[in-house]
Amino acid sequence: MPALEAEVKRRGLEEEVRVVNAGCRGFCSMGPVLLIQPDGIFYIKVQAADVPELVEETLVKGRVVERLTYREPTTRRHIPYYKDIPFHGKQMRIVLRHCGLINPQSIEEYIAVGGYQALAKALTSMTTEEIIEEVKKSGLRGRGGAGFSTGRKWEAGRKAEGEIKYALVNGDEGDPNCFMDRALMEADPHSILEGMIIGAYAIGAHQGFFYIPYEHTLAVRSIRTAIEQAREYGLLGEDILGSGFDFDLELRLGAHSFVGGESTALMHAIEGKVSEPRPKHIHTTEKGLWDRPSCLNNVKTLNIVPEIISRGAEWFASIGTETSKGTQVFSLAGKVNNVGLVEVPMGITVRELVFDMGGGVPKGREFKAMQIGGPSGGCLPASLLDMPMDYETLAEAGSMMGTGGVIVWDDRTCVVDVARYFLDFLKDESCGKCTPCREGIKRMLEILTRITEGQGEMADLETLETLGRVVKSVSLCGLGKSAPNPVLSTLRYFRDEYVAHIVDKKCPAGVCKELIEYYIIADKCIGCGLCRRKCPQEAISGEKKELHVIDAGLCIKCGVCFDVCKFDAVGVR
Amino acid sequence: MPKLKSLEELQKLRQQLQGDIQARTETSTTITVGMGTCGISAGARETMHAILTELEARNIDAHVTTVGCIGMCSKEPLVDIQQGDEPRVTYGNVMPAMVPRIIEEHVVQGNVVEEWVVGRVAG
Repeated sequence: MPALEAEVKRRGLEEEVRVVNAGCRGFCSMGPVLLIQPDGIFYIKVQAADVPELVEETLVKGRVVERLTYREPTTRRHIPYYKDIPFHGKQMRIVLRHCGLINPQSIEEYIAVGGYQALAKALTSMTTEEIIEEVKKSGLRGRGGAGFSTGRKWEAGRKAEGEIKYALVNGDEGDPNCFMDRALMEADPHSILEGMIIGAYAIGAHQGFFYIPYEHTLAVRSIRTAIEQAREYGLLGEDILGSGFDFDLELRLGAHSFVGGESTALMHAIEGKVSEPRPKHIHTTEKGLWDRPSCLNNVKTLNIVPEIISRGAEWFASIGTETSKGTQVFSLAGKVNNVGLVEVPMGITVRELVFDMGGGVPKGREFKAMQIGGPSGGCLPASLLDMPMDYETLAEAGSMMGTGGVIVWDDRTCVVDVARYFLDFLKDESCGKCTPCREGIKRMLEILTRITEGQGEMADLETLETLGRVVKSVSLCGLGKSAPNPVLSTLRYFRDEYVAHIVDKKCPAGVCKELIEYYIIADKCIGCGLCRRKCPQEAISGEKKELHVIDAGLCIKCGVCFDVCKFDAVGVR
Repeated sequence: MPKLKSLEELQKLRQQLQGDIQARTETSTTITVGMGTCGISAGARETMHAILTELEARNIDAHVTTVGCIGMCSKEPLVDIQQGDEPRVTYGNVMPAMVPRIIEEHVVQGNVVEEWVVGRVAG
């Protein structure tokens, strides 16, 4: 105070400025405080040493001294809210509503956030017809990949004749890059159980089975605990919530397989047999598990059901596109910055998913394509970046929604090599029952392998397309029918890359080992010798501080030199 | 525990549980560690161990809980801190070596370690 008064006097401002001692304003931790009227400028933590500057800047020149002003501590602009980060803010989390927010081992937390309310509503105030009608109206399509109308499946299950019916859950997430089903089972097991019980009630099933691959130890533990807890509270067992409805389920643990995504194959697995599909002239809703009416649903589909019951079919149908209602959970993997899970309304464009939410391609590389649908899907090149994605648009583009698994490719991804990789995977996953799938995939793989080794011929491309068409139309189940998709899709959009492999014997992306050569770039190498030391084949030679050289005859193209060189002196051609 | 036999019983239970949680969050700090498969592969178990060790060493009474995968897998291990009315703050890529500073500055002093935060959940 005295400092202020003295300074004001010194500057001859006594006539214009009045210094008033106003007592405590309550902002004690920020004192000494100053309020300058009529401007209403509020200064905090003002020391005597600050006074000359304050008087000069504010009282004389009318400028605010920023460093003395009050900074709102809760605004903290540099810590964004989740909703302001594109990865989160653009999401609409229905399936993932509880994931990462509640303790999955606690049924109490699930109930506290409203869990099992939908089940109670369904059991105590809705008829089975009303429940099925609501699910139908919502437009919910199976999230396992096939996208069949859940309402219609349940309707068929309800109408089917038989005293004993089964409600089944498919936790056998087959796609090699997908992890959303597993993450959901780990993070929010009760939501799946709730949907399952509602479905069982709707179709008239009193017994259920939940298939989880035994390798997913965390998911198994999560679901097992959830089942026990639900039983304790009477949400499973006899007379659930006093409704008179009995329902309980067993876990079925088996091996993980890709063909397990096919419902008849999974039912055979539950029966203890080999996971082999059968022709579906008679649907599983009529004769499924042990030849009894069964409804098998994916974990995500069931997780959505309680939300539809609580919030209504109209709400769900208002999200998404004309044919594909609601949201989709995408697992982002591959050459993308933000690897993880995002949930967005159907109809999001490729660009939004990969660049806004995925954070784009790392290391400044170029986007080449986005693979969706796993081994059953196809790729979407840069020309389709602005295509809104739903079940139909993706099928038209030669791909498929599948379960929402996305892999992003950059310019160092070889499409021929990727197609080969998927076929190699499918060759092992094929159950072997029907000829087109068993033999067709194998032959397509042989051709692709030859092409990656520089042994391809132009006629191979026609063979691939013909074979692909046959396998697609004649295979017994979905695995075979969709197996040619990666090949046909890459041929459709990246035919010139195939041609380069066949005619020029070159791999433009620098991947196919037989067709590439590692070499050292003369004007970048400083002769540090790091590559020479790291080379497992001792194929690099050179003197210290002199240009090093790779012996192509010894080089196995492992790429270690490329990875370790700090001077970008290793090239691939 | 007695089995729930009606919608009303479920709703009563919900209200009671909500009250319990609110009482707990108002008075103490809640530390949440992502423990899905993504978190565990990134080292969340070691981070959790570091948190528990630090809390014990400082004799701090905080509620430590685990959750599954929130979807931000590339930033695991994720650790959330919630104190009273403050929004829940998420720290990303939390290695055990980072834990002492987070406990000291955020939990004890109430100052968020801004450079390690990846986001916060709006109220």
